[in-house]
Amino acid sequence: MQGFAVALQPANLLWCLVGVVLGTVVGIMPGLGPPATIAMLLPLTFLMNPAGAMIMLAGIYYGAKYGGSTTSILLNVPGESASVVTCLDGYQMARQGRAGAALGIAAIASFIAGTVGVLGLMLVAPPLAKVALSFSSPEYFALMALGLAMVVLLAGRSMVKALLAMLAGLWIAGIGTDLFSTTSRFTFGRMELLSGVDFVVVAIGVFAIAEVLANMEAREETRLLPVPKGLRNLLPTVQDLKDCRFAFANGSVVGFLIGVLPGAGSTIASFISYGLEKAVSRRRERFGTGVVEGVAAPEGANNSETGGALVPLLTLGIPGSGTTAVLLAALVLWGFKPGPLFIPENPALFWGLVASMYIGNVMLLILNLPLVPAFAQVLRAPAFVLYPVILGISIVGVYSASGSLFDVALLAAFGLLGYVMRKLDYPAAPLILGLVLGGAMERALRQSLMMSEGSLSILVARPISAVMLSLALLILLIPLFTKVNAWRLRALDS
Amino acid sequence: MARKFGAADFYSGLVLAALATYIIVQARQWEYLGPDGPGPGFFPLWYGIAMAALSGVLVLSSAWREKSAERVEWQKIGRALAVWFALAVSVAALKPLGFVASFAALTFFIAAVMYRRPLALAAAVAAASAAAFYVLFPLALGVPLPAGVFGF
Repeated sequence: MQGFAVALQPANLLWCLVGVVLGTVVGIMPGLGPPATIAMLLPLTFLMNPAGAMIMLAGIYYGAKYGGSTTSILLNVPGESASVVTCLDGYQMARQGRAGAALGIAAIASFIAGTVGVLGLMLVAPPLAKVALSFSSPEYFALMALGLAMVVLLAGRSMVKALLAMLAGLWIAGIGTDLFSTTSRFTFGRMELLSGVDFVVVAIGVFAIAEVLANMEAREETRLLPVPKGLRNLLPTVQDLKDCRFAFANGSVVGFLIGVLPGAGSTIASFISYGLEKAVSRRRERFGTGVVEGVAAPEGANNSETGGALVPLLTLGIPGSGTTAVLLAALVLWGFKPGPLFIPENPALFWGLVASMYIGNVMLLILNLPLVPAFAQVLRAPAFVLYPVILGISIVGVYSASGSLFDVALLAAFGLLGYVMRKLDYPAAPLILGLVLGGAMERALRQSLMMSEGSLSILVARPISAVMLSLALLILLIPLFTKVNAWRLRALDS
Repeated sequence: MARKFGAADFYSGLVLAALATYIIVQARQWEYLGPDGPGPGFFPLWYGIAMAALSGVLVLSSAWREKSAERVEWQKIGRALAVWFALAVSVAALKPLGFVASFAALTFFIAAVMYRRPLALAAAVAAASAAAFYVLFPLALGVPLPAGVFGF
């Protein structure tokens, strides 16, 4: 009830609506993802009430999952990586004249699974936070090591490159003044670097600027396919809903469970859910030809994943993806400390966020059914207007956060770094996670060693940290196990 | 089988090895372990060593790998780098010219040069975008923008 009292305040309702509409638009646009959008808008939220800002940013996060299905179904172009698998059956349904039913079932599956995901967040987060209260520095260090190892495992084909990106993130996190000893580290003699490199600068550079540069490679504007007309029949038939009974449950549960795991993310959740649906279906041979369950399962999973991903973020302070890393940075920048004490210390914010997600899912269902044709018009925005606007918002975002032109120059540099990383197949997520967790990880390690008077044995002498570090080590050794690594590569290729 | 060269991985590995060397050299100048526990050099030294080892693996493995059949599309990369260069110039121009003028110039460059739109259209888009930013941020939201010699 406390949560709804917060979420139903007129200003927060408005921010929720702004967030879900922006998220839907971002989801529809191929080439502009939620991490880039949230990073760009983050500095502008500093003027807002944190509850309203968090509600809006979360709205962008889960709203994008709804929007991503629209272009997958109508144009066979996934707006989001999590909607890639939706193309398989969604586009086939559209070709058969059932675009309306596909969009309708995607919206309904997203609503059901998104709501289940929020319910899971509500039920799992508080008890997990209580368990995490018993964690001390060694457990935190081990937990962060395990989280980073999971992200490295699933970030890209080359674990060596993912690890190198993560280590580069740790290095960037180390730039500035060491708070234990006041020693200046890696500052190249620049006063501007004494306070470190602002996370916002790196995130906007690596996500937003690099995305614009990558999109600028094409000489001509992307040829926009005509948005199909005749989307009147957006409500699926009763038979469609019956066919999707298991898909709704499958997407909800698989999405949430995968979401809780750091690194797995909504793309993997949607593929696993689709695979499971196909495996148990009585008409599995028809998957890929336009079956409605092939849309419902992945679309449900990628929405339910959002609720799951917020569990480790809010209870342990461990983000599992680029987007949740930006959300973590947002919370820290507003003065909160995500972790076991976050819920007891900020009940209004936590429950307000949870309640807003219920409301946001209802808003998305209402918006997405009748307004899909209107949202699809976003695809007509000319690139020569859109990309300069993204660059402009990025510059304004960074400048407004610090008032420093040096930071704006760093933004351009990190934009180039992000683009080069894309071209050379270095994943960005481990770099961002290394950056966002680097400071806390070093602090936890040093505090652990202070507790043990310099002995590393404290990390393995305590059972929880020993188990987590063993798992992390096992994950990092996966490339040495040929069969397991082949499975990992097949999963990533799919 | 002839040994061939994975050039991109090889050179990126070398760059990262150089960064790792820099990290290790710097970290060795700071206290590693003091009376109060680990010093500022402790953590960087270890991730520096890990980075050096992994970049070594990348360099060596790229030297043994078959060369990729995929061709590098320099024309596409050139377009992206041209936009980045324009962005860098507009960032450098923020101090003397201010945001509005440098952003208008960047928008004009992207519309007229990169997308080959008519000059009049590109100029109109540049002027309208810059004006919209000025109205929205400093005037409506009170968010400051870098000001130059023109005062905005």
